[in-house]
Amino acid sequence: MLNTAGLRYRYPDAAAEMVFPDLSLEKGRELLLLGASGTGKTTLLHLVAGMRTPTQGSVDLAGQPFSALGTAERDRSRGRNMGIVFQTAHFVRSLTVRENLALARSLAGCTPDDGMVTGLLSDLGLGHKVDARVDALSVGEQQRVSIARAVVHGPGLILADEPTSALDDANTDAVLALLRAQADRTGAALLIVTHDQRLKDRMSDRVELASNPAAA
Amino acid sequence: MKAARLARRNVLHRPLETGLSVLLLAFGVGIISLMLLMQRSLTEDLDRNIKDIDLVLGAKGSPLQLILANVYHVDVPTGNIPLAEARKVMRHPYIAEAIPLAYGDNYELFRIVGTEHSYPDHYGAEIADGRLFEAPFEVTVGAEVAATTGLGIGDTFYSAHGLTDGTDVHRDKAYTVVGIFGRTGSVIDQLLLTPIESVWGVHEDIEDADEEITAVLLKKKNPLAILTLPNLLRDTPMQVALPAIEMNRLTQQFGIGLQTLRAVALLIMGLSFVSVFIALFASLRDRRYELALLRTMGAPPGHLFALVLFEGLWMTVAGIVAGLLLSRIGVAVLGQVLADRFHYDVAQLAPVSGEFALVAAALLVGAVAAGIPARAALKIDISNTLGQGR
Repeated sequence: MLNTAGLRYRYPDAAAEMVFPDLSLEKGRELLLLGASGTGKTTLLHLVAGMRTPTQGSVDLAGQPFSALGTAERDRSRGRNMGIVFQTAHFVRSLTVRENLALARSLAGCTPDDGMVTGLLSDLGLGHKVDARVDALSVGEQQRVSIARAVVHGPGLILADEPTSALDDANTDAVLALLRAQADRTGAALLIVTHDQRLKDRMSDRVELASNPAAA
Repeated sequence: MKAARLARRNVLHRPLETGLSVLLLAFGVGIISLMLLMQRSLTEDLDRNIKDIDLVLGAKGSPLQLILANVYHVDVPTGNIPLAEARKVMRHPYIAEAIPLAYGDNYELFRIVGTEHSYPDHYGAEIADGRLFEAPFEVTVGAEVAATTGLGIGDTFYSAHGLTDGTDVHRDKAYTVVGIFGRTGSVIDQLLLTPIESVWGVHEDIEDADEEITAVLLKKKNPLAILTLPNLLRDTPMQVALPAIEMNRLTQQFGIGLQTLRAVALLIMGLSFVSVFIALFASLRDRRYELALLRTMGAPPGHLFALVLFEGLWMTVAGIVAGLLLSRIGVAVLGQVLADRFHYDVAQLAPVSGEFALVAAALLVGAVAAGIPARAALKIDISNTLGQGR
């Protein structure tokens, strides 16, 4: 599903270039990308997600040369093939929970399916928040809704940025189980980027990022 | 979800900013549209009443007053003229048609005008009920008069002296209604017409002098009439005035006030576009996460451009629609006031051609005001926006 080769990135104002290990992830598999702060893990995540263009190297997504696409094409491909859970949950504030999920499906080119949207929200224990405004959700609910939004269009790859760093052990297990369950449901690959050492014992496939001098 | 629909949700999510922009635009568009509508009504009304009247003969005084009094029946006449003198002009070879008018009395503030059949004929007035006046003290009443006073065929009434109050009633001679005109949209609707002899009859006890009339509406046969007649009348108590020229002079005097109003309306419209522009730019700063998020969810930059542009256009269209509605309400209210006070019907709500240009211009400027923030939305760096630190 995902292959990266020789990824390097230099920020416009930085002297040194950041060098990243190659990643390879099949459908249905999971991978932990572990690194202390300053190892450029968010930069790597954004390179994988096509939100930045690598200075060197390439990202292949579902057999397509993803990093070589133009901006608009890359946006569309990302929408179809990836679901991203950001460290901080953001939503379209003028829309309800249900509409935010419907919007994700629509932008990914999926046909509208309200039963699927409400079913997914119920599975995540959010059945009573379907028509709530996103501003009215608690932080925990916001995280679950953002996970729901990342999987509602059945992407082949789920990316999660620090999904557990702010949680206690019990909730860390719960969120991890949630992400795995959703990845299993659609057979998606799951890539988690974190500095949270607790996940080290819970996931067997992992890549540890070395200190990257340019990522201050 | 289409960009247009999301745009609508977004502007409704910011009711205060949206409301201010829409309100300002509605007032700007509303005032200009109101002016266009009133101008159309007035021009049509003035033109319909002038209808082929080239000259008006009457007593010396203000020529504008002569026109207002005798063509539109909104001012008091300049005085009376001897019929014998007036006949010389009416029979002048340069004159094709002459309609004498004599009046000085009212019924419930509607003027009773002594004239000939040629007067209603001139405005194409047709009898809706009954017949035309024939004998003295028979009247045929205009449609508006009948509707307001409730006069019907066979009713009798006394006239009141003067034109502006109904207290001094002549009790000796009663008028009889013999017919009612259909609606013409002209001044006939507001008048009660009777033979000239009735008007003399009412006043014969007061003044025993020569037969007098108030004015004569003239249609020229030869263009030289306009040059010749004033000379002919130099040493008489009479004058001729040209309705077209006097009304032109009048509307030009209105013009200065109208221009000021138009400038104020344009200023308000300008402010409304600044308000649209600021509302969108401010919301862009607020929503940069949201817009970056849309990109990560599969919306290309063009989609964000369209979204912000639609938000601006949505506010513009709402403002235009509200403005056009506002101007129609204004015309209806003003029309009612004018109808009550001057017996004039100006409430026409159909679109004026100038309004199409107004709408097109507003849409264009609205698109430009929204286009600049929309361009800024194209340039959002999603990685910097969403990545907190590297």
